[in-house]
Amino acid sequence: MSLTLILFLFLSFAAVFCGLMTVFSRNPIHSVLYLIGCFFAIAGHYLLLNAQFLAVVHIIVYAGAIMVLFLFTIMLMNLNEETEQHKPALARMGAVISAGLLMFVLLAIFKKVDDMAVPGFQNSTLGTIENLGKVLMNEYLFPFEFASVLLLTAMIGAVLLAKKDSPKTVNQ
Amino acid sequence: MLLNIFNTIPIQYYIMVSAVLFSIGVMGVLFRRNAIIIFMSIELMLNAVNLLLVAFSSYHNDASGQVFVFFVMAVAAAEVAVGLAILVTIFRNVHSVDIDELKNLKW
Repeated sequence: MSLTLILFLFLSFAAVFCGLMTVFSRNPIHSVLYLIGCFFAIAGHYLLLNAQFLAVVHIIVYAGAIMVLFLFTIMLMNLNEETEQHKPALARMGAVISAGLLMFVLLAIFKKVDDMAVPGFQNSTLGTIENLGKVLMNEYLFPFEFASVLLLTAMIGAVLLAKKDSPKTVNQ
Repeated sequence: MLLNIFNTIPIQYYIMVSAVLFSIGVMGVLFRRNAIIIFMSIELMLNAVNLLLVAFSSYHNDASGQVFVFFVMAVAAAEVAVGLAILVTIFRNVHSVDIDELKNLKW
């Protein structure tokens, strides 16, 4: 077994294990921590795939920003107790069975895939900032600007939604 | 040091890992009643797709897939911000984030 394969298997099992624990752990805070572990494993996959800049951005955006937002919300709602209600056993069994069937179908579909990828010559500068920035600013400039508009809209919407109602609105 | 991934790991492995992660996300959405955990499962599904996009991008030596992952990340960040704001509002009104109690729209 080569080092690459060992790394790949380790990262894959870590990601799948952390994903499962995210779903199954009873305490929401533990779920968040396991999801952060899953994101780190996926960032390791990105490094393995020569997408260095994307790995860094993934850690910063997901583990640094999004999961902290989740953690703050959970602590704000004081959900860190294990008194959570669970679905009835039948519904849970149905959930596991249907997700397992979905996985079975997906794996069965992609099992027959021939070598779609052409392992041609390998470009180690594909995932650098320089290369990605050139592609982003040349081919995808228009969607890039629209992403900024989307983020601005989301920011305004989140502030508006989470703001407390003014007394005038409450009295109506 | 550049690990030679393209000759040792076929892309089917990445497809399988992504399919498993995506299914775990689907299971989380169906399994839990806590709306925040459901949100996290959706994030897990988005990440499974991102992983597959990066894998195909690297194997095909094309940077467009990685640029697409940037856009998915931007959309995910916006989605999480708005979604958590909605959840905070719901929690303020109902005092719970249990999705089984949010059935006012149900006939």
